[in-house]
Amino acid sequence: MIGQNTSARRMRTVLFVLALSVSTHAQAPTEFRWGGDAEGGAPFVEADPSDPTRVVGFEVDIAQMLADGLGRVPRFVQVGFTSLDAAAARGDFDLGLSGIEDGPARRSRLAVTVPYYQFREVLTVRDADAGRFRTLGDLRGRRVATLGATLAYDLLVDAQTRLGVVPVTYEDDVHPYTDLALGRVDAVLLDYVLAQRGVRRNPGITNQSTDVGVGYYVGITAPSQTALRDRMNEILLRAMADGRLEGIFRRWNMWNDDQPRLYATLTSGQRVEAESVASAAPPATTWEAAVRYVPALLRAAAITLVLSCFSMALAVVVGIVIASGRVYGSPVVRTALTAWVELIRGTPLLLQLFVLYFGLAALVQLPAFLAALIGLGLNYAAYESEIYRGALEAVPVGQLDAARTLGFSERQTLVLVRGPQAFRLALAPMTNDFVALLKDSSLVSMITVVELTKQTSIFAANIGSWVLPGVMCAAMYLALSLPLARVARRLERRWKK
Amino acid sequence: MRSVLEVSGLTISRGARTLVEDVSFAVTEGEILALMGASGSGKTTVLRAIAGLDPIDGGRIAIAGVSIVPGRTPRGQTRSDLYRRVGMVFQFHHLFEHLTVLHNVWLAPVHVQGQPRAEAERRALELLDHLGIAARADALPRELSGGEAQRVAIARALAVGPQVLLMDEPTASLDPARRGDLAVTLRQLAAEGRTLVIASHDEEFVRACSQRVVVMERGRA
Repeated sequence: MIGQNTSARRMRTVLFVLALSVSTHAQAPTEFRWGGDAEGGAPFVEADPSDPTRVVGFEVDIAQMLADGLGRVPRFVQVGFTSLDAAAARGDFDLGLSGIEDGPARRSRLAVTVPYYQFREVLTVRDADAGRFRTLGDLRGRRVATLGATLAYDLLVDAQTRLGVVPVTYEDDVHPYTDLALGRVDAVLLDYVLAQRGVRRNPGITNQSTDVGVGYYVGITAPSQTALRDRMNEILLRAMADGRLEGIFRRWNMWNDDQPRLYATLTSGQRVEAESVASAAPPATTWEAAVRYVPALLRAAAITLVLSCFSMALAVVVGIVIASGRVYGSPVVRTALTAWVELIRGTPLLLQLFVLYFGLAALVQLPAFLAALIGLGLNYAAYESEIYRGALEAVPVGQLDAARTLGFSERQTLVLVRGPQAFRLALAPMTNDFVALLKDSSLVSMITVVELTKQTSIFAANIGSWVLPGVMCAAMYLALSLPLARVARRLERRWKK
Repeated sequence: MRSVLEVSGLTISRGARTLVEDVSFAVTEGEILALMGASGSGKTTVLRAIAGLDPIDGGRIAIAGVSIVPGRTPRGQTRSDLYRRVGMVFQFHHLFEHLTVLHNVWLAPVHVQGQPRAEAERRALELLDHLGIAARADALPRELSGGEAQRVAIARALAVGPQVLLMDEPTASLDPARRGDLAVTLRQLAAEGRTLVIASHDEEFVRACSQRVVVMERGRA
């Protein structure tokens, strides 16, 4: 009787939720949800400087035009640039527009609109290098920056094997140019729209006139939305013919001779194909892609491991110094160290990494790996120091008295009596922290270090699925962390015998 | 006989509370002196002051040429001079939990006195043998009984060769049979020329081993 009641109630709840979801779906067509990344900035999409709740940019104007054509009201959905494909595939929005580049891999897994803008990939270098770095071929062994998951990135990966350039990926399109001006990279490869903006904002750098490649901006939708895509294509082609797109691009100072040629080709019913780069071509099977990515993932796992080990070593050394200072130091030293620990523990690691790498760049230009090592090491040192302080204070004070009456100095007591016992107490939480650090090291991809998680997301973006890359990445993290936990357990057992 | 340890007018307070007031006594070489009194009478406080663990507020302590005066606990040269002359066995032994019995005993001779490790180990083993616990040399402190731990603590204190050995409540962790053994051991140490100061409230034990008794009551002798 009670069981029947419960199941009846459950059924009513399910029906209610279903009704609710059906009703929201029924309302959806009045809205035209379009996704983009406002961090990309002008002229694409950016927060309106006079009203940050609104967005402005040529993509905003195109979205408005499409919404008008469909008889709907546009609504902007913020999605990080590198997540746009996955969000489109999930159906998080009706259309993605954010300087998204056409390409065979993208076409193979999403429904893609006709191209609405043609761009050229250009190389940007420092003024002094303008004479010697004209093409990618001149940049053997040099660091060339770009934005991840773009045609430029594929071109660079291709040039890595063919020409020996060293690609450096960024999560945004602003820092490649500031780092170029600072000398951290030797060139930037990105599309002309971004390059022009980069040169305008950073004195001392210049765009080369030779094109490295040609690409097109397209809109993306979920693969099932071909009917909606076809309607949007009709609207775009009409806007190419009647000059509305020209009006938009002229308003944003982006109109040039490439566009009329592109529009003429498209409106006459011909297709254009994006430049195909060998590595960007969709692989025949997911397994083939997996095999192709294994060496890169292993390399990235090695970077994760080396970075984590060095960072942990730094954290242990600095942690011991801080803990000793807090236990043995004068009141001034103790207060200063407590404040430092609270500052580090109370602010996000990501912020600390940004400050170290980008914030301090005007004073010291730390290489990315070193900045990552120092950032992770100092952050974890704060946590380690608390563990050590607690462990030092847990050693019975009677043993310290005994050591004193035997004639040991304070330092000898720390090294011979207090330290070794504190270390045993600290071992379990330390192992825990090392495993946490191993995983937190994925944050350093934000300062251009390509470690395991970053390499996995590049892999996932390339094949358009997170399933296999996710499983492989998880297996590698486990392969790194499990042996460590075993060693720690064995040590603990030995000391407890 | 020359006195090895002289305590005169010793006063110790913590905040507004006076723990020990105007206590004086002297101990000669090879003598066993017992400080007797109920819990809280100040016995342990006096021993800790002689061992240089807590500062004193008045009076003076002289141990074979080293003086402890009011102010901070001994530092630098005075501190190392003090610990060549005085050793202490604590009520709860305070053995170094991470080291074996033998290692507990040779640690200070090697690191404080700079003895070669092999020689220090040999002498530590002799001491343990002398105290009848050489068989437990490889055990860890947590594996020992109260009586065994106490003998290790005595061996550890004696290993650095102090003239004066301070013992706080030595019978606290012993059964009656072991108390008799300990009294014998202490008399033997005194016979070898060591000076012992024992804080205890165990009258029977004190009668069995000590030559002289100083009774303490509420901080006064």
